[in-house]
Amino acid sequence: METSILMEKNMSELLWTPLHELHVSNGGKMVPFAGYEMPVQYKDGVLKEHLHCRKKAGLFDVSHMGQVIIKGQSFADIAHSLETLTPISVSTLKEGRQRYGFFTNASGGIIDDLMLSNRGDYLFMVVNAACKHIDVPHMIKNMPNVTVELIEDRALLALQGPLAEKILENFNSAIKEMRFMDIATIKVLGVDCWVARSGYTGEDGFEISIPSNKAIEFTEKLLKFEEVKLIGLGARDSLRLEAGLCLYGHDIDCDTSPVEAGLLWAIQKLRREDGIQSSEFLGKKRILNEIKNGPDKKRVGVKPSGRAPMREGTVLFADSAGQQRIGKITSGGFGPTFEGPVSMGYVDSKYAITGGQIFGEVRGKFLPATIVSLPFVKANFKR
Amino acid sequence: MKYTEEHEWLLIENDVVTVGITEHAAEQLGDVVFVELPEIGDLVSKDESICVIESVKAASDILSPLDGKIIEINEAIVETPSLVNADPNEAGWFFKIEVSDMAPVAEYMDEAAYLSFIK
Repeated sequence: METSILMEKNMSELLWTPLHELHVSNGGKMVPFAGYEMPVQYKDGVLKEHLHCRKKAGLFDVSHMGQVIIKGQSFADIAHSLETLTPISVSTLKEGRQRYGFFTNASGGIIDDLMLSNRGDYLFMVVNAACKHIDVPHMIKNMPNVTVELIEDRALLALQGPLAEKILENFNSAIKEMRFMDIATIKVLGVDCWVARSGYTGEDGFEISIPSNKAIEFTEKLLKFEEVKLIGLGARDSLRLEAGLCLYGHDIDCDTSPVEAGLLWAIQKLRREDGIQSSEFLGKKRILNEIKNGPDKKRVGVKPSGRAPMREGTVLFADSAGQQRIGKITSGGFGPTFEGPVSMGYVDSKYAITGGQIFGEVRGKFLPATIVSLPFVKANFKR
Repeated sequence: MKYTEEHEWLLIENDVVTVGITEHAAEQLGDVVFVELPEIGDLVSKDESICVIESVKAASDILSPLDGKIIEINEAIVETPSLVNADPNEAGWFFKIEVSDMAPVAEYMDEAAYLSFIK
């Protein structure tokens, strides 16, 4: 996963998160990722870390991600302005609630995917680390009536897994009142944390924005619970893959549209054709056309029939002789909870039928695989 | 015991060489989840890719360290790939070659040389 990036960039140019020292002292194997030096795994390794997160609680440092605050005259003003850059309905998002979304470009591709929340008088957004220096200028340029600020003095932690609630309750009992996709300011260790009940593993869990100078103390207190273990990027990737979630730059990018990516659920009906909020947004023409007539290709789950993983870049065929090319894998590997290889990718729409047999070219052989519905591992959210 | 720069170990008994990957290699690869072995009777050449090993992180090729014929393979690591991590030096062996040309063995490292190689 990280190998290619490793060769491109010298470790010395990389940024550190506020938890860098703690990763190293906990045996984190540090690799370059999105301009940061991040732990790919700790001593236990990817497999055990993955299983631990699904069984108990895993702690992820996601401080490299972009935390953004957008201020304006009112939340409604901010929402209307932002809705020119995304097909998501922002104005219908209630205070204290979070929503998944994405920026689209003029040709309907995805610039980045993100989480946005209504914090009353402002909007809080979390964007991908590798895209934050694209997203922020994009907003500043195209949203003239608001201020956009990239927050640099806060760490971002994710505590994910079935025991996450029980652990966090020890810091503030208000945690248990939160439902999936709620966001609130909650005092932890005497400081204001912005806590959202969400994550990217398919498990129940929380994402906690904490002032950087409190991040190590909080993390050390969390790690005192034997149910909590640090989880690296390796397991973060296999967890989100089993959960059927897209990784930007792999499963979605500037060319893929949200409709092709199977993210139509995130585009509220009122923003589609004839919807009461069908205002202009970048890429509207293509996106509405694909909603109406169907996209040329679709993102699907792919389950290899054998045990060999089909990784990113594996070419997919309709036939076992490799004559008819129908798509390719965009994410793939081994699913520790699924106990087998798991992949997702794009195929021509007429082949995007659950249960359909296809073939993936692995080391010159055309190995059978089945199109399956996502996720591979059922989500465990507290709705 | 001899070691290659590809992090394979070679146990040499007359003209039969047992091949596995080192503890260092197993640790670097991470949890092994898939192994594809050559077939018994395959004629193999030195430096030819004859096995594939996939960990949670990536796929790697295993090269034949010598010319010869595959005479035994370890099916146990196909069934239970985690054996490669748990016991790379013994139960996690890969294959045995009946070697036709033993000369290249002289170029491979002994244990002391290998240990300094991975430092």
